[in-house]
Amino acid sequence: MSLAAQVFYLGRRSVIRILRQPANWIFPLVFPLALMAVNTGGLHAATNLPGFPSDSFVAFFLAFPFIQGALFATVNAGVDLARDIQTGFLNRLALTPMRSGALLAGHLGGVLAVGALQALWYLTVGLVIGVRFESGAAGALVVFLLAVLIVFAFGSFGALAALRTGSTEAVHSLFPLFFVFLFISSMNLPRNLIETEWFRVAASLNPVSYLIEAIRSLVIEGWNAEALALGFGIAIALAIVGLTLSSLALRGRMART
Amino acid sequence: MRSILSVAGAVAWRMLHNNFSTPSLLIPGLVFPLFFFTAFAGGLSRVNDVPGFQFPVGYTAFQFVFVLLQSAAFAGVFTGFGIVRDFESGFIRRLMLAAPDRRGIVLGYLFGALGRWIVTATVLTIVAVAVGMQIGGNGVDLFALYALAVLVNFCGLLWASGVAMRLRTLQAGPIMQLPVFLCLFFAPVFVPVALLAHWLRVIAHLNPVTLLLETGRSLIAGDATHVAAAFATAVALVGVFSVWALRGLRKAEAAGG
Repeated sequence: MSLAAQVFYLGRRSVIRILRQPANWIFPLVFPLALMAVNTGGLHAATNLPGFPSDSFVAFFLAFPFIQGALFATVNAGVDLARDIQTGFLNRLALTPMRSGALLAGHLGGVLAVGALQALWYLTVGLVIGVRFESGAAGALVVFLLAVLIVFAFGSFGALAALRTGSTEAVHSLFPLFFVFLFISSMNLPRNLIETEWFRVAASLNPVSYLIEAIRSLVIEGWNAEALALGFGIAIALAIVGLTLSSLALRGRMART
Repeated sequence: MRSILSVAGAVAWRMLHNNFSTPSLLIPGLVFPLFFFTAFAGGLSRVNDVPGFQFPVGYTAFQFVFVLLQSAAFAGVFTGFGIVRDFESGFIRRLMLAAPDRRGIVLGYLFGALGRWIVTATVLTIVAVAVGMQIGGNGVDLFALYALAVLVNFCGLLWASGVAMRLRTLQAGPIMQLPVFLCLFFAPVFVPVALLAHWLRVIAHLNPVTLLLETGRSLIAGDATHVAAAFATAVALVGVFSVWALRGLRKAEAAGG
């Protein structure tokens, strides 16, 4: 069987497994939007702050579900991979002629497919509730591409956690860590309006801020080359680091098995 | 009565021992409220400048009250997870055989949840004061604030206990958490009710958590309002959820633990 076919079958298995567990796809579709509703309802008055970059808090906050959805996809897929290790599926797979790279590619392919569906859903909901992209239809397409790239980058770290630990609990414990990165960022207010200095410094050092700001710029500003370069650059860098480390972890895992 | 208390004492001691001797149970309970406090009070302090926002003792105190009530509710909910674990391990089945009065089991978990929250509330208060939170209320006001939070803690535990005793599986986790989460966040979390978006304001007015939250905030500001109504509401909720939990206990008994 060719490498492409191996990747296809493992990717398909990954997607089907997620679809068969409704909690794994309903929650990521609903929860980020529920949180967006609560935050926009509660913080819409913040648009009255001098210097706030948009009249609409919904438009400002639309980047949030893309990032939180990526976290959900990452953790769910990572947990599935860890379960494969715990149940011995990976051991059995190691006895077949399958190439180890196909496992990682198939796993990440599944994460990407789910991430793409989520991104489409968030975009659709955003448009339905009246958000207009300052960058136009092309901007919405770029948001979609960036969201998928972010899912890929985060997914590679989820795979790394699963391959390094082989424990579903350990992958689950990643979620709070990701959550910290999400909350200590510019998700609620632009960095220049964050009053508490240490928080502003932490948000400026946090790569998640730049991922959010890249998506946000396309929604509320138009084409901001600096924000896009930072967003895409960080997402690509995270993907390269995550992919390299998870490939090494996979090699070690296969050697152990 | 003595038989109830002896069972309750044993269950509470076991619950607290497990909680304080297992870092994976203890740390999230302590860290999450601190994290929310940091993210909300630190990241959103500029909301204090939104036109129409008036809270005399500052945004840190405004958020402290929310996080205090949230930590109280979730200490109850997380204790509910412990109840489910006891069902899955078969411990409750043995406990039911041994307990002379099984209502003591629910009471024991109630004491356990309270003990767990007291530690969290102490750490949260110390951190809040250390970062310069202003307090306008006197000792009586603060006592009333913490008493209100204790009642919220009881509500959280009794709700989760009722769910745990009916479903007796860890898969019930989202059913325990989600309604509590929604009740807490469909309240004036970030700004006073008057500054909420219209749709959220309507929901917040129907949500009893709003009354508890606003009273709590008035107590810390030293300008107590609606205290009797808030306590009456909280006591009524405890009564309703007590019936829910005890009926759950009867269902668990009928199912053979």
